[in-house]
Amino acid sequence: MDRGFRGIAWASAAFILVLVVYIIFEIGGKALPAMSQYGLGFLTSTTWNVQTEQFGILPQIWGTLYSSLLALILGGVFGIAIAIFLTQDFLHSGLAAVFRTIIEMLAAIPSVVFGLWGIYVLIPLLRPVADWLHGSLGFVPFFGTSLSGPGLAPAALVLAIMILPTVASISVDSLRQIPYKVKEAAYGMGTTRWEAILKVMLPTASSGILAALVLGFGRALGETMALAMLIGNANQISLSLFAPANTLAALLASSFPEAGPVEVRALMYAALALLAITLIVNAVGLAVMKFATRKFEAER
Amino acid sequence: MSVSGPTVESNMRDLIAASRPAPNLHRSPLELRALKSGILTALTWIGALLASVPLFSVIYELVVAGGSRLNWETLTALPPSAFETGGGFGNAIVGTLVMVGIATLISVPLGILAAVQLAILDPDSKLTHTVRFLAKVLTGFPSILAGVFVYAVMVVTMKTYSALAGGVALAVLMLPTVVLAAEQAMSMVPKKMKDAAYGIGCTRTQVILKVVLPTGAPGILTGVMLAVAGAAGNSAPLLFTALFSNYYMSSLTEPTASLAILIFNFSGMPYDNQIELAWAASLVLVLIVLVFNVLARLVGRQKY
Repeated sequence: MDRGFRGIAWASAAFILVLVVYIIFEIGGKALPAMSQYGLGFLTSTTWNVQTEQFGILPQIWGTLYSSLLALILGGVFGIAIAIFLTQDFLHSGLAAVFRTIIEMLAAIPSVVFGLWGIYVLIPLLRPVADWLHGSLGFVPFFGTSLSGPGLAPAALVLAIMILPTVASISVDSLRQIPYKVKEAAYGMGTTRWEAILKVMLPTASSGILAALVLGFGRALGETMALAMLIGNANQISLSLFAPANTLAALLASSFPEAGPVEVRALMYAALALLAITLIVNAVGLAVMKFATRKFEAER
Repeated sequence: MSVSGPTVESNMRDLIAASRPAPNLHRSPLELRALKSGILTALTWIGALLASVPLFSVIYELVVAGGSRLNWETLTALPPSAFETGGGFGNAIVGTLVMVGIATLISVPLGILAAVQLAILDPDSKLTHTVRFLAKVLTGFPSILAGVFVYAVMVVTMKTYSALAGGVALAVLMLPTVVLAAEQAMSMVPKKMKDAAYGIGCTRTQVILKVVLPTGAPGILTGVMLAVAGAAGNSAPLLFTALFSNYYMSSLTEPTASLAILIFNFSGMPYDNQIELAWAASLVLVLIVLVFNVLARLVGRQKY
C-alpha cells in the first residue's frame, strides 16, 4: 500500500518530465519534414503562399518581437510603477489590498474578451489619435501609416494590459523581500522617499524586477487570441505603429483550422520556432528569478 | 571668580545655543529634491489610476453591451446563422463546462500526486528539481502550442476534432498551475504535525493522506480553482482541438462549441446580432471565470 502509493506519486512527477519531452519531440518531429524542405531560409524569407508552396515567417517573427517589445515597454513602466505604488507606503494597507485585487482581476479577463474590447472600444478610440499623429508627424517612421482598423498599436496596447499583472505581481514580491531595515537606513541618511526608492529599493530588487520583465515578455510572445483579433494578420514588415502586422501565434490561430497537409507542415515549423523562442525566454526569466531569491537568502 | 564662574559659563552656553538655530526637521516642498519627489509621487498616482481604467472600461462594456442581450433565450438557444435574428449560445456554455470538467478530472489528480512527490516524498532529488523547473517553464508555455501538440497527438490519430481533445489541451495548461500551488500548500504544513504522525507509527502514505492533504487542502483548492478559471477563459488551444459546432454536443468525440471560440468567430462578423451575442457570451464567460476566482479567494482565506 505504502509502496504502491509512493510509486504512483513518483510516476506522476515523472509524467510531467515525460510530457515536456513528448511535447518538444512531437512538435519537433512534425516540423522535421518542413525543416528539411525549407531549411533555415524559412526563418528569413517573407512570403506565405499556399498555392506556390512558398513559406517564410520573417514578418511573423518580426511582428512577434516588435509587438512584445512595445508591450513590454508600456506594461513594464506601468507594472513597475504599480509595484512601487503598492509596496512603498503610498496607500493605506486596506486600500492597497483593494488595488491589488483590481490588478489581479485584470489577469482574470480572458484573452478573447480583451480582443473584443479592443475591436469595438480601443480601435475607435485610437483612430483619431493615430490619424492626427500620422498627419502631423508622418515623417517619423513610427507614424508612417494611418490606422485603418486592426494594427500594431491596439494589439501592443492590449498586450501591455495583459502582461501588466505578471510584471506587477513579481515586482511586488521582489520589493517585499527587501528587509525593512534597508529602507530605514536610507531614510536615516536623509533621503527623500523617491531617492530611497530610486537609489536603494529598485537597485536592491533589480534582479527580481528583471525576472518580472523577462517573464512578462515571455507571456507577450505566446499570447494568441487578442492578437489574432487585433493585429490585422498582414504579412509585412513595417516600423509603423499603425500598420497591420502578424505574429507567430496569430498565424497559427488563423491558418491552422483551415490548413491543408502542406501548409500544416509549414505551420508546425512555425510552431517549433515559437516554442524555441518562448522556452528560451522563460528559462532565462526563471534563472534570473532564482538568482534574485538566492541573493536574499544568503543575506539573511 | 569662583562665584561668577558658573554664570559666565551658563551665559556662554545660552549664547552658543541662541546663535545656532533649532534644527528644522521640515523640508521645504519647493526644494529641488522634494519637488522631484513630489512630481514622481504624482506621476505614480496617475499611472496607477490609468492602469485601472481598462478593467473598468471592460466591465462597463460587458455590463452595458452584454447585459442587454442576456436572457433565457441567449443562454439556451443555438447560435444563429448569418441573417437570423435572436439565437443564443447554450451549446457553447455546455461545451465550455464539459471541456473544463474533462481538463479538471485529468489535471487535478495527476497534479496533486506529482506535488506529493515534489513536496513530501522526495523534495530534494534531481528529478524533483527538474520537474519543478519544467512545471514553472510550462506556466509560461504559449497556450496555442498546447493546441498544436494535442492536434498532432489526438486529432490526427482520432481523425476528428473532439471535446476530449479540447479537454486534454486544457489539462496540459492546468497541470503546472495545480502542481505548483499544491506543492506550495503542502510544504507549508508544519513539520511538527508530520513528525507527530510519524511518531505514533504512521506510514508515509498515512501521513500524506490523513495529515498533509487535509491540512493543505485550502491551499490546494485555491490553486485548483485558479487553474479552472484560467482554463475556462482560455480559447487558443481549443481552436483546432475542439473546433466549433452549431449544435448541442451528443458525444465527447465530435467537434464541440465553446464560449471563447464563439466570441472569436462572432467578433469578426459584420452582423449586429452576432456582435451583440459576442458581448453577451463575453459577460457569461467573465462571470464563470470570476466565480472560480472568488471561490479560490474564499477557500484560501480559511487558513487557521
